Amino acid sequence: MDETVAEYIRRTVLKIPRDEIKTMLQKWGFLSEAQLQTINFHQMKDNISQDVVQLCEENSASIKQAAVLDIIYNHSYPNKRIWSVYQMNKTEEETDFFDLTDFRKKFKRQLRSTLKNVTINFREYENNAVWIRIAWGTPYTKPNQYKTSYVVYHSQTPYAFISLSVLKSNLPLLCQALVVASNYQDIHEMELRSHSLNSLEDMVFKRYSQNFETYCPRPLQESTVAQETAGLRIVQEDINEKERILRVNREAFGDGPQPKLEFAEYKLETMFTSDPKLEVLDKKEPFRCMVRFHSPHLLESLKSLAPAGMADAPLSPLLTCIPHKARNYFKIREKKGLFPGSFVSP
Amino acid sequence: MAVLRPFSKLPELNSAVLLLVGSEGDFQQKLAEAILQEKKDFTVNVHIATSLPLPSERDHLRPQIDMIVFMIDIKNKYSLKNVEDSLAYVDAKFFLGKVCFLVTGVGRVNCCSVDMNAVWKLGENYCSPVLFCELELEGTRVATAQRLLRMLQICAGYVPGVSALYFSTLMTTFSS
Repeated sequence: MDETVAEYIRRTVLKIPRDEIKTMLQKWGFLSEAQLQTINFHQMKDNISQDVVQLCEENSASIKQAAVLDIIYNHSYPNKRIWSVYQMNKTEEETDFFDLTDFRKKFKRQLRSTLKNVTINFREYENNAVWIRIAWGTPYTKPNQYKTSYVVYHSQTPYAFISLSVLKSNLPLLCQALVVASNYQDIHEMELRSHSLNSLEDMVFKRYSQNFETYCPRPLQESTVAQETAGLRIVQEDINEKERILRVNREAFGDGPQPKLEFAEYKLETMFTSDPKLEVLDKKEPFRCMVRFHSPHLLESLKSLAPAGMADAPLSPLLTCIPHKARNYFKIREKKGLFPGSFVSP
Repeated sequence: MAVLRPFSKLPELNSAVLLLVGSEGDFQQKLAEAILQEKKDFTVNVHIATSLPLPSERDHLRPQIDMIVFMIDIKNKYSLKNVEDSLAYVDAKFFLGKVCFLVTGVGRVNCCSVDMNAVWKLGENYCSPVLFCELELEGTRVATAQRLLRMLQICAGYVPGVSALYFSTLMTTFSS
């Protein structure tokens, strides 16, 4: 077995949390049950990885099997990478029958025609999701197994989730291979990025609980008596206002858990308007400004702003439209006369 | 009527009413409970509001308010703006010792986003004392409740010989 393969397997095993190593090796299926029994999974991770590498040597593992282990690890822990969403489109309406072997063949052929030194591996999962792992090399060097990109392509949809994590120059090659293999015409980025792959899928496939507008006539003003805590003498004067805030918030965000995003970025490109006599800017250039919101769970924190008394309700539609529009990168340009309502560029 | 006036209604016998105005509801509730748990020899009613003016539907049910405490959260610029907007709805006679500014959240100094000079200026302009406290911890919450209760007692006139105006001048000369 190649030394690089051994080292790669060892490092992959070290990444896995100790309690999960056994299950992941079982999923991998390269080592037999008998071999797995011989490993003591309660020792230090260093020693466990050495044992695994030794057993892989006995079975003569190649880079292909090592790559499969890497795919399994990334499928269980997708949140360690940043995923971007891409959408493909084609002009013909006919939907071809998706054949995985055909897809694999075309993808490999297209990618290898431009760059020979790549390692490509596929694995199919539930919901028609195809995971593609690509290790990049250069025209003169072998593929570097530590510089990998991942593509999760849902075969029945035009969406692909790409985690590049290497030089951006490989992206056009990857996109081209994907488009050719899946019989689409072109591909564009959707301005949606996050660590949480599940949340991205939820947002794109509209699987989160959306709030549908229901006609709700204003409830009758039944009791204008403010709420009195039983027995104690605390009177809430603003109970109506608090209820209004909760209602408006629920209308904007819905009831269920929100998809998990870490940031939202707004780029401003509008003209600086001021008293013309001041002559602040000689040239009429757009004023550039970028606002970035960071949070461990952006949408939940936005949802709790108004009830916590930190912002007015309803929140700005620029913030609440994030799940509906399925994007978290926005460019705000000037209001054009023809479309007075919308000034967020697609 | 939108503006709060101090002596527009008849007072109740042996009771005092405190109004807490501020934008963080949870801590207001906890502070109110802490105040009510203190030992005192007059009945206390606490009214909690997010901002002024108070809803006019309940004007006729509301008793006379003896003291207003404006709560400003040091981590939240919005709460300062809220308090500044609410001050317009308070009659000038309230500021003769019946108003106090309470700055909360001072335990988290690295999250401070309110300009302290603005708060001091607010206290100066309205001739009212500015108190600092931390409502997340039980101990300081109880201590703050005791201070506010004492001030309420004076504002409602239950301490003979000490008027609200006299007490507030004592407090403001200490801080400046």
